[in-house]
Amino acid sequence: MDKPFAITLDVGSSLANKTGSWRTERPVYIDRLPPCNHACPAGENIQSWLYHAEGGDYEAAWRVLTLDNPLPAVMGRVCYHPCEESCNRGKLDEPVGINSVERFLGDEALKRGWRFERPASESGKRVLIVGAGPSGLSAAYHLRRLGHAVTIFEAGPLAGGMMRFGIPKYRLPRDVLDAEVQRILDLGVELELNRKVSNILETMQQGRFDAAFLAVGAHIAKRAYIPAGAAARMLDAVAVLRGMEGDDKPLLGRRVVVYGGGNTALDVARTAKRLGATDAIIVYRRTREKMPAHDFEVEEALQEGVLIKWLSTIKNMADEGTLTVEKMCLDNKGFPQPTGEFETLEADSLVLALGQDVDLSLLDGVPGLAIANGVVQVGPNMMTGHPGIFAGGDMVPSERTVTVGVGHGKKAARHIDAWLRGVRYAPPPKHELAAFESLNPWYYADAPKTVRPVLDLARRTSTFDEVVYGLDETNALFEARRCLSCGNCFECDNCYGVCPDNAVIKLGPGNRFEFNYDYCKGCGICVSECPCGAIKMVPETI
Amino acid sequence: MDMQPVKFYQTATFTVGNRLLGENQRSVQANMDRTNSLNSGHRACQGCGEALGARYAIDAAMRAAANNLIAVNATGCLEVFSTPYPETSWQIPWIHSLFGNAAAVASGVAAAMRIKGRHGVRVVAQGGDGGTTDIGFGCLSGMFERNDDVLYVCYDNEAYMNTGVQRSSATPPAARTATTPAVGHEPGNVFGTGKNVPLIAMAHQIPYVATASVANLRDLEHKIARAMSVHGARYVHIHVPCPLGWGSLPADTIKVARLAVESGLFPLFEAEYGEITGRTQIRRKAPVTEYLRLQKRFAHLFAVENDPRLARIQAIADRNIAKFGLSEGERAHG
Repeated sequence: MDKPFAITLDVGSSLANKTGSWRTERPVYIDRLPPCNHACPAGENIQSWLYHAEGGDYEAAWRVLTLDNPLPAVMGRVCYHPCEESCNRGKLDEPVGINSVERFLGDEALKRGWRFERPASESGKRVLIVGAGPSGLSAAYHLRRLGHAVTIFEAGPLAGGMMRFGIPKYRLPRDVLDAEVQRILDLGVELELNRKVSNILETMQQGRFDAAFLAVGAHIAKRAYIPAGAAARMLDAVAVLRGMEGDDKPLLGRRVVVYGGGNTALDVARTAKRLGATDAIIVYRRTREKMPAHDFEVEEALQEGVLIKWLSTIKNMADEGTLTVEKMCLDNKGFPQPTGEFETLEADSLVLALGQDVDLSLLDGVPGLAIANGVVQVGPNMMTGHPGIFAGGDMVPSERTVTVGVGHGKKAARHIDAWLRGVRYAPPPKHELAAFESLNPWYYADAPKTVRPVLDLARRTSTFDEVVYGLDETNALFEARRCLSCGNCFECDNCYGVCPDNAVIKLGPGNRFEFNYDYCKGCGICVSECPCGAIKMVPETI
Repeated sequence: MDMQPVKFYQTATFTVGNRLLGENQRSVQANMDRTNSLNSGHRACQGCGEALGARYAIDAAMRAAANNLIAVNATGCLEVFSTPYPETSWQIPWIHSLFGNAAAVASGVAAAMRIKGRHGVRVVAQGGDGGTTDIGFGCLSGMFERNDDVLYVCYDNEAYMNTGVQRSSATPPAARTATTPAVGHEPGNVFGTGKNVPLIAMAHQIPYVATASVANLRDLEHKIARAMSVHGARYVHIHVPCPLGWGSLPADTIKVARLAVESGLFPLFEAEYGEITGRTQIRRKAPVTEYLRLQKRFAHLFAVENDPRLARIQAIADRNIAKFGLSEGERAHG
């Protein structure tokens, strides 16, 4: 014994004491599904691209974003951003301006000339896409990146579909659209314009295509029977908006009445104002709450002086431009019922914006197809009843927005790719939703949403300049940093700091953390104090 | 306070780290090379606030002293759970003597270092509220009045937890402890007792006094660094919840500490030479009931509806907020 007085044991470290054995529950790192990603019809990984944008790495952010959506500059302008409606930050102050950051990234990519990566290898398969709208372009992009040879047949004179012939310039400048379409074509996608497909099976056979994706959209204006004099000027909204793309602008006159309550009705009324109409009046048979148009568009239209007559239907139109309008009232089921009260409106023209139907003539004689309510029925894999023919966008049952179209294109591309290889595409299982309750919002600093500057009202009603401006780098960065990173670790070091037992191992930037279960006692502080809900407790198994 | 507010709008400095901040702006605890002065394998209960507070404080002191630090420990939970013979969780020079003499031993260590000419070696004394506010109070006051070059850190969990939750002079009113049971016409600890050692320390006119909480790491680290930047007697009083003694969930340790601060029951301030020089503002004010309800030691306050004692505790919090100027716009009453 050469130990000092009263010492009988060697001094040791407490590391010999494996306190992990105390545990009944263990913390585990998880990824939850952020509500924005969950809500995105195009399936964007929003949280992930915001994470890169927060750090100022815009190109990495854009690359993650374009894994799902090849049209960020377009979408950053025309998407109705359901992501923002579901954003958890909305429960704290205001939702993150996801749409405005998307537009910033899209514009930045155009400015800096970022290109898509060409496929690493060619599959040797040929895919025909009918229609160069959002859905067709998205499918073309995704299929091309998977190595397939893609050809688009477009019936119109220019690519873009409803993005060009339905959405006015003041919402989507054409140079932006052209640039994003060109970037897809630069991947090696072939585009044939003015090429209307009248018989799909014949076209596929002639071109030796292995599969086809149909996305012809819905271009035929719906009609309503309105008795009208021979000289009364009655137009449809699709024709008016399409006419805006030609040299001869539609002649609407000074007093324009638009019949309908959707976004198209608003687009026409706002376009009429810009063409010089003194009065642009929307007649809609129900109330503002029931209007299918999006609230911010109604708001912008009202600011520009568009008038809306609620609870009214048009009974007839006389030669000298006099409309008879009947007042309606809602019954207890919420349906409009006539009241027998009439009034007259002066109008130089009446534009019908009552929705659109699909031209399905190209599908005549294709066996196995199911058509219901004027749209083609598709399975969960976007394939029609005829093997090898897939369809998406406005011609299948959908919400008929650009974003839904882009989402259809992506989804169809994955299934077409699998079908061509003779397998089934199985989407990866979805993580559980990152509900607001799983967050610890204490840790987020207060920061209200950045308001996007808006074009001067006077110029809005006289020109077709873009109404909503983009963000610049400083406020786009600010906006990106408002993201709560719901359900996904953003390396705030909280778990690493708050563990009383040093049982969290920091793996360094980009590598997140791991638990040292030898010493973790399972207290759960890391779970309570994780701002973004990326840790959960699970019972220990014996 | 001279802490620079960070305008990074994701989490600012509320989280331990922030990957968007520069290295020199990050906390000691965010650093992969932190000392881990109190290492894994210690025998503190699940969710121990004191173990957490001790690592926060001593790691910060180690950085400030360039790792030349000796810690003196009073008897108490911290000493017992960290050094069961022959193991130790401490990765720094560390000495334990008795329950009541940590301040005196630390004074002696500081004197020894001075006589040996080892001027770069700094001394920290630490103990719980029992060893500080009751048993070691005489030695502590002596260390203060002699202005010995020691930083004394008190981890306040508001009772003698190590021996089975007996009342100390830091136990708050109405709290149930083993010696103040929740029975009789005035259950729990009586109102109008106890002492506020940070204010007593200030009365000694020592160079630096501060209160801190495990719920506000950046504030805590700033105060330790500030204390280590001066010589003489310094005192930092850290609020550390005790899940066992308070009857709170182990996972709620930081939440409970945060509510103590946000309700005003535990004011965060710092003082130099007897004058208050900084106050940490309440960010989102919480009623005291939110704090009390999470702890079984206060369960008897909620046995009947609107127990009048709740209003008395709220009045204490409101007085703190007014007195220390904890709510923006309200200034100290001098």
